[in-house]
Amino acid sequence: MKVSVFVPYLLIMAGVTYLIRALPFVLIRKKIKNRFLNAFLEYIPYTVLTAMTIPAMFYATDNPISAMTGFAAAAVTAYLGKSLITVALAACGGVALCEGVLMII
Amino acid sequence: MNEYKHGLRDGIPIALGYFSVSFAFGIMAAEAGLEVWEAALVSLMNVTSAGQFAGVTVMAALGSYIEMALTQLVINLRYSLMAISLSQKADGKFRGIWRALLGFGITDEVFAAAAGKDGEVSRSYFAGIISLPIISWTAGTLCGAVLGNVMPEFITNALGVALYGMFIAIVIPKAKESRKILAAVIMSAVISLMVKYIPWFSGISSGFAIIICAVAASAVCALIFGGKENEG
Repeated sequence: MKVSVFVPYLLIMAGVTYLIRALPFVLIRKKIKNRFLNAFLEYIPYTVLTAMTIPAMFYATDNPISAMTGFAAAAVTAYLGKSLITVALAACGGVALCEGVLMII
Repeated sequence: MNEYKHGLRDGIPIALGYFSVSFAFGIMAAEAGLEVWEAALVSLMNVTSAGQFAGVTVMAALGSYIEMALTQLVINLRYSLMAISLSQKADGKFRGIWRALLGFGITDEVFAAAAGKDGEVSRSYFAGIISLPIISWTAGTLCGAVLGNVMPEFITNALGVALYGMFIAIVIPKAKESRKILAAVIMSAVISLMVKYIPWFSGISSGFAIIICAVAASAVCALIFGGKENEG
């Protein structure tokens, strides 16, 4: 891509993304006392990650069957309490294995 | 243990996961027409997953600047929620300029790790935990952009789910531990499926969908169950 086309896009993209992160982080200095807000913020990481995964993960490969195999492999290893990287590799392995099998069939 | 080193150590699994996902991004960016250095620079300056995939799509289509700004705003707005949450966990010395500098490194996984840590988060710990993931995210993109077209498709497909695997690794153990979080997770998943498959909602972009699901499920659970301090 031509530099003159690329750079403005990059600056807008990076600028907006930075402000989204840094502004609330810098501006909110006090501890939030409100019980509802505190409870709300405790749930946020898990509800965000769930909404990002389901159903987007099922469309992340060429084939929903391989994606679901990856999902199942990750879910089982995560339930067993395996580390972040083990679970991520299990997801990849599930997809690769399933697509390998489907290619042979 | 030294706080910075402690952070570095907690960043290692994140960095490993990032390498594979950013490799997939590098492949995609090269296919979309970006030079190798451009792809790497996008990763270094943004450090987002979904946002970058969407951003490169806008670039490739030569979309408007407004479209670029709005796409990033919507997809990445969740970082604001995380930043607010993290602001409550940061210790007394982690403020002002430190937050402005290190806030750059707030990502889903870094946030989840910092949020799950016992006690407060210091600026040294946070600087440590973001270091390796940012390097790895950029390096993975570089490798993907250079090597991508020589990899067989089933391998690139497999790498593409690594990120989701990490999300699952963060959510499931917590949901196993706490019924309230389990309820919130199920609610978020159900809303997400509804937004995706009910035609009436089809105008909602994936970035907005994430925010709607997270805010609705978290608010309902906060109202019904309160926070985890009440857990029996």
